[in-house]
Amino acid sequence: MLSTRALVRGLQAGLWRRVSTSTSALAAHGHSSAVDVVDCSVPQYNNRLDTPLPDIPFITNLTPEQKTLKEKEKDAWTKLSKEEKLALYRLSFELSYAEMKKGSDEWKTVLAGFFFFLGFTGLLVWWQRIYVYGDVPHTLSPEWVEKQTQRMIDMRVNPVHGFSSKWDYEKKQWK
Amino acid sequence: MFRAALRLSFSGARSLTRSRPQYTAPLAARCYSHGKQETDEEFDARWITYFSKPDIDAWELRKGMNTLIGYDLVPEPKILDAALRACRRLNDLASAIRILEAVKDKAGPHKEIYPYVVQELRPTLSELGIPTPEELGIDKA
Repeated sequence: MLSTRALVRGLQAGLWRRVSTSTSALAAHGHSSAVDVVDCSVPQYNNRLDTPLPDIPFITNLTPEQKTLKEKEKDAWTKLSKEEKLALYRLSFELSYAEMKKGSDEWKTVLAGFFFFLGFTGLLVWWQRIYVYGDVPHTLSPEWVEKQTQRMIDMRVNPVHGFSSKWDYEKKQWK
Repeated sequence: MFRAALRLSFSGARSLTRSRPQYTAPLAARCYSHGKQETDEEFDARWITYFSKPDIDAWELRKGMNTLIGYDLVPEPKILDAALRACRRLNDLASAIRILEAVKDKAGPHKEIYPYVVQELRPTLSELGIPTPEELGIDKA
């Protein structure tokens, strides 16, 4: 019992610590923070047209220059230059509304890929027709079909509206 | 408020101030079949009071704006004025600019609404030093 408990503790120390990830642990190991692991237990930033003011600003770790700019923001905004105002905006928001609404050219890539693979499939089907399928049955040869057609006419197949109705029995030709 | 924005679109070449809708039909924020329906003036007053709270905090500003943008209307300039002043009290210039962007987006295809709103807010924008998204160049992607 004691040994199994020790085993479990050993496993916990060895495995679980590595499995339970946190951004600080990742950052300590040199991973870029907040990209691979999103902490869903804290408010997140998002770019949404219907949510103009997200829960947190986009950039939370401010450099010293950004901190001084934030201090300057507490004073009259008329004293800020255009670049400073733009910098303040970009601190809080990743994408502007225009950037959010901008489309992309991805659909062209999708359509091109679709046609490419359709064409490739066509090539495969063509190769298969030539190299995999055997000969067509002899009952589809012109000679056989000719005799078959004559027999169908002689038998009066579908004489009212169908096959034989198209044959002129007096003139012995197709109508 | 601009719930009858369709009427604005019929105004054509007339000036914005003249074509502003002056209807008095009460419209409710909530569509109950019973109970008293809130008038446009009451709606506006309620929201102006909300944003005019002197000690409004950042959460309340965000909640208010996100809720207001969720409604099927473009907020009146006086509500937006109160919201921009709330941003000033909270030392949040970025949110003030964002509010203007959101208003332009809310107007949708009715392109004459946003210039009207900016025109009405121009005194406040100049006083507080809030640039429009166009002045910062972020209106184009």
